[in-house]
Amino acid sequence: MPETAALAAPSILPIWARGVTPVLVAAGALAVAQWLLGDSPFFVYIASIVGVNTILAVSLNIVNGMTGQFSIGHAGFMAVGAFISGKVSLAFGDTAIAAIPESASDQVFLVGSLLAGGTGAALFGFLVGLPSLRLRGDYLAIVTLGFGEIIRVIVQNTPSLGAALGLSGIPQTSSLFMVWFWVFLTVLVARRIANSAHGRSLWAIREDEVAAEAMGVDTTAYKVRSFVISSFFAGVSGGLFAHFVPIINPNSFTFVKSMEVVVMIVAGGLGSTTGAIVAAVALTLLPEGLRSLFTALGGGNADLAQKVDQIRMPIYGLLLVVLMLARPQGLFGTREVWDVLPRWMSRRRRSAA
Amino acid sequence: MSDFIQHLINGIAAGTIYALVALGYTMVYGVLKLINFAHGDVMMVGVYFGYATAFQLGRVARTTLWGVLAIFLVAMAGCALLGFLIERFAYRPLRDKPRLTALITAIGISFALSYGFQLDFGPLPGAAPRAFPEVIQPTEWLVIGDREVVVWNWQVISLLIAAALMVGLQYLVFRTRFGRAMRAVSFDHRVAGLMGIPTDRVIAVTFMLGSALAAGAGILYAIKDTSVQPLMGLYVGLMAFVAAVVGGIGQVPGAVVGALLLGLIEEFVVGYTASSWREAVAFGVLILVLLFKPEGLFGRASAEKV
Amino acid sequence: MRRILPFGLVAALAVLLAAGCEKKSQTSTETPTPTGGPATGTAPQGGPPPASDVILLGEVGSLTGAQATFGISTRNGVELAINEANAEGGVKGKKLAVRVYDDQSKPEEAANAATRLITQDHVKLILGEVASTNSIAMAHKAQEAKVPMISPSSTNEKVTAIGDYIFRVCFIDPFQGFVMAKFAKENLKTTRAAVLKDTKADYSQGLSDVFIRKYTEMGGKIVATESYAQGDTDFRSQLIAIRSAKPDAIYVPGYYNDVGIIARQARELGIKVPLLGGDGWESEKLWELGGSAVVGSYFSNHYSPEDPSPRVQNFIAAYKKAYGSVPDSLAALAYDAARVGIEGMRKAGADDSAALRDAIAQTKDFPGVAGTISLDDKRNAIKPAVVVQVGDTTAKYVATITP
Repeated sequence: MPETAALAAPSILPIWARGVTPVLVAAGALAVAQWLLGDSPFFVYIASIVGVNTILAVSLNIVNGMTGQFSIGHAGFMAVGAFISGKVSLAFGDTAIAAIPESASDQVFLVGSLLAGGTGAALFGFLVGLPSLRLRGDYLAIVTLGFGEIIRVIVQNTPSLGAALGLSGIPQTSSLFMVWFWVFLTVLVARRIANSAHGRSLWAIREDEVAAEAMGVDTTAYKVRSFVISSFFAGVSGGLFAHFVPIINPNSFTFVKSMEVVVMIVAGGLGSTTGAIVAAVALTLLPEGLRSLFTALGGGNADLAQKVDQIRMPIYGLLLVVLMLARPQGLFGTREVWDVLPRWMSRRRRSAA
Repeated sequence: MSDFIQHLINGIAAGTIYALVALGYTMVYGVLKLINFAHGDVMMVGVYFGYATAFQLGRVARTTLWGVLAIFLVAMAGCALLGFLIERFAYRPLRDKPRLTALITAIGISFALSYGFQLDFGPLPGAAPRAFPEVIQPTEWLVIGDREVVVWNWQVISLLIAAALMVGLQYLVFRTRFGRAMRAVSFDHRVAGLMGIPTDRVIAVTFMLGSALAAGAGILYAIKDTSVQPLMGLYVGLMAFVAAVVGGIGQVPGAVVGALLLGLIEEFVVGYTASSWREAVAFGVLILVLLFKPEGLFGRASAEKV
Repeated sequence: MRRILPFGLVAALAVLLAAGCEKKSQTSTETPTPTGGPATGTAPQGGPPPASDVILLGEVGSLTGAQATFGISTRNGVELAINEANAEGGVKGKKLAVRVYDDQSKPEEAANAATRLITQDHVKLILGEVASTNSIAMAHKAQEAKVPMISPSSTNEKVTAIGDYIFRVCFIDPFQGFVMAKFAKENLKTTRAAVLKDTKADYSQGLSDVFIRKYTEMGGKIVATESYAQGDTDFRSQLIAIRSAKPDAIYVPGYYNDVGIIARQARELGIKVPLLGGDGWESEKLWELGGSAVVGSYFSNHYSPEDPSPRVQNFIAAYKKAYGSVPDSLAALAYDAARVGIEGMRKAGADDSAALRDAIAQTKDFPGVAGTISLDDKRNAIKPAVVVQVGDTTAKYVATITP
C-alpha cells in the first residue's frame, strides 16, 4: 500500500503529539458540530442511531472482518452494555459531583456508566469467547447467536431489568458529541489494531488459521482478545443507546438486530473499517430515506403514504440481495476508502489532463 | 406421571415436524455449505399456499383424503418452485464467492418474504395470524384414563408422514444415482463437476427437495398449532437450524435426532417451568453439546486440511 | 502507558467540553428550529411542509408485526374522527390532516417516528400507541418538545406519569384486573381460578398481578399460574398443568391472536370452564382463530357495540360504511382520542401547545363512544368498564363495573 505510507511519512509534529492530534481535531470538530446541530432533535436522534450502528459495525468488523471469525450475536453484547449502563445511571441518577456544574457531572456519570457497560460486555465477551473459540465457522456463529438470545431471554424474565415493559427513566444525557466521540474512539482503536503487529497476526488467522498457528501465532489468545475488544465497544454502543432512547426493551436486541450489523459489515466489505462506517451510515439512513421518499410520493394521501411505509422492510431485504449480487465483495472489499479514492482520483486527473 | 407421558407424546410430535424442517437445512448445507436462513420463511410461504388451496377446495372437499393430499402437493410444488427461483437467481451467481455473501443474500430473502407477507394489500395476507382450516378434524386416537393422556389423530398422522418422508429421503440419498451425485457434490463440488456430474442441476434439485420438505412440515405445523402467520418461519427456522447443528449439520440421522431432542426439551421446559425460558434452554443445550462435541452429536470430526 | 496518559486527559477534556455544549442545546430545544432538518442532506425532509390552512396531527402505530390489527383499527378510528371534523368545517376554519408512521412495534422506532412527527412535520398533536412500551418511548419525546400526546389505549400506569403533556382516554391496568376479579368472584361465583399470562407483554403481567391480588383478597383461590410468550402457538403443556389444578375459570389476559389458539387447544384438551380476559381479546380475529372454542368466555372491555345509545350506533354505522366492519374498542378509543384532541383545539386553537394541553386536561364528561370521559389529575380517564360474553359472532353485553 504505497499510498498510505506516503500519507503518513512526512509528519512535522513531535512524536508525543502524534497520538493526541487526531483526538484533539475530532473533539474540536464534534464540538462544533454539536453546537451547530445540537438543537435539531430529529437530526440528533438519527445521527445518534447512525453513530451507535457505526460503533457496532466497526467493532464487529474486528472479529468478523479482521480475525475471520463469524459472530452473529453482537446484539447480545449491546444488550449487556445497555442494561448495565442503564442500571448504573439509574442508581446514580440523583447524585451529582458538587465541585463541577451539574451538566458536567452528568457527563462524568455518563462516561462512567458507559465504561461499566462496556466492561460488563467485555467480560461476557471473554466468557463466550474463551470456550467457544475452539469452534470454527458456522458452529461459532450458532453459539454466538445462541448467547445473544439467552441474554435477551434473561432480561425478559428479570423484573429488576424491567422485564417485558423495559427499562425507562434512564437520564437522557447522551449527546451528538458523546456518541460520535465514541465512534471516533472505536475507529481509532480498529485502525490501530489493523496497522499493528497484533493486526497482522489477526489477518494471518483470517487467511489461514492453521498456517498462522504454525508460524507461531497464539491463535486462541488473539481470537479471545479481539472478541473482548469487540464486545467492549458493542457494550458501549448499547450504553449510548440507553441514554438517548427513552425506554430500552429486550425486543430491541433480537437476532434480527445482530443480523443487521452483520449485513452492514459485509456490505461495506469484510475487514474494511471505512467500508463498515459507510455501510452503517447508508443502511441506517436507507429506511428513513425510503420513508421520506414515500411520504413525498404519497403526498397528502395518508393511506397511500402509510401503505408505502410498510413496503420499506421488504424493499430493504431485496436491496440486500441486489447489493450482494452486484458487488459480492462489499463496497470496498478489504481495502479502505483512502486505498480506493486516490487511485480513482488520479485516474480522473490523468484523463482530464 | 400422566402429565409426563402427555408431554412426552407432544414433544415427539413437535420434534418430528422440526425434523422435516431441519432436514432441509441439513441437505442444503450438505451440498452448498450454506446456512439457508430463508428456509423457515420458505416454509411459511408453503403454509400460505396450503391455506389458499384449502379455501379453494371449500369446507367439505378439504377434509377428504384427496383434498388433504392436494393441499400438501400444491404447497410442496409451490415451495419447490420458490426454492428453485431463489437458488437460481440469488444463490447460484454467488457460488464461488465468499460464503458470507450468500448468507447475507439469504438474510435479505428472509426479510423480503417475512415482511412482504405482512403487507395487507393485493393478494398478500397481512400481518395478523389466521386460523388454519381444520383439514384433519382433531379426534382422539388413543385415550388413557379419564382423558389424562390423549394421543391425537393428527399427531399420529404427522408422525407417519414425517417418517415416510424421512425414509424416502434416506433411500434417495443412499440408494439412487441422484443420491450418489448429491453425496459427491457435497464431498467436493469441483471434483464432482470434473467427474461429469451436473453440479448445477444436482444443487437445484436438492434445493427444491429441501423446500418441498419444508412446505410439508409447515402444513403439519399449521395443523398442530391451528394457525398461520407471516413470522412463523422465523422461530421454526431458528429452532430447526439449532436442531440440525446439534445433530451435526449435514447428517440426515443427526438432524432427526437433534430435532426430536429439541422438541422434547421445548415441551418439558414449557410444561415444567415457563415458556419464556424455552429459547434460552434450547440454546443452552446447543452450546453445551457443541462445547463437548464441537461437530455435533452425529457429525464426524474433520481434520483441518493444510 | 505513556501514550495512554495524554490520551485519557484529552478524552476527559473533550467530555467536559461536550458537557458545556449539552447545556446550551438543552435550553434551546424549547423552540425547535423552524426548518427542522439540517442542511447536510442526510436527513431528508418529511414531505412537503403542510400548508398553513391545514392543521397536521401525527399518529404512530404498529402497522406491521404481530399486533398489526391494533395499529390498523387505531388508524381507522383516527381517520374517521378527522374526516367527520372536517365535514363539520374543521377547527377554526382550518382543515385537519393526519400523518401516520409505522414503528414496527419497536420502542426506538416509536421514539424516532415521534421525533420525526414533531420536528419535521410539525404536528400539533400526537396520537398513539397501543403498546405501552412504545407509548412511553413516544411520550418522552412529546413531553420534551411540549407537544400534547393522547394515547388511545395504552393501559400501563407509567405512560401518563411521564409528564403533563401526556394523556389517555382509556382506563388503566389495575382497574381492568380488578374488574375481572370482581366479575369472576361475584357474578360467576367462582372460587378457584387459574391464570395463564403472557410474559412477553407487560400488559398481561400487569393485569394478572392485579387479578391475582384482588381475587385472593375477595376470598378466591388461585390454583395455578402458568405463562407463555407472545407468538407461541402451542399451549398444550401449560393447559395440561392448568387442567390438573381443576379451576372454575381461567384468566388469560393476553392478546386475541394467542387467546384464539389457546381457547381451541383448551377445548381440545377437554377443559370446559370459561376463559376470562381483558381488552386485548377485542378483535374480529378472535372468532376466526378461536372458532366455537371461544364462545361462552368473558372479557372486560372499553365499550360494547350493543350499547343502544345513538352516539355509539352512529359511530358504528359511519365506521361500517367507511371500513366495512364493526369497530373494535381500539378503533372506538382511537376515535375518542382524536375527538378529545380536536375538541381541545376547538377551545384553545392548535398553535399554542400549552393552551391546548390545558384545554385537553380540562376534559370533563366528554361523550366518547367508549364511555364518558373525564380526565383526572393524573391525566387518566375515569370511566366504567363493561364485561362482555363471547357469542357466536359478536360479544354480548353482560355487566358494567364502575370504579
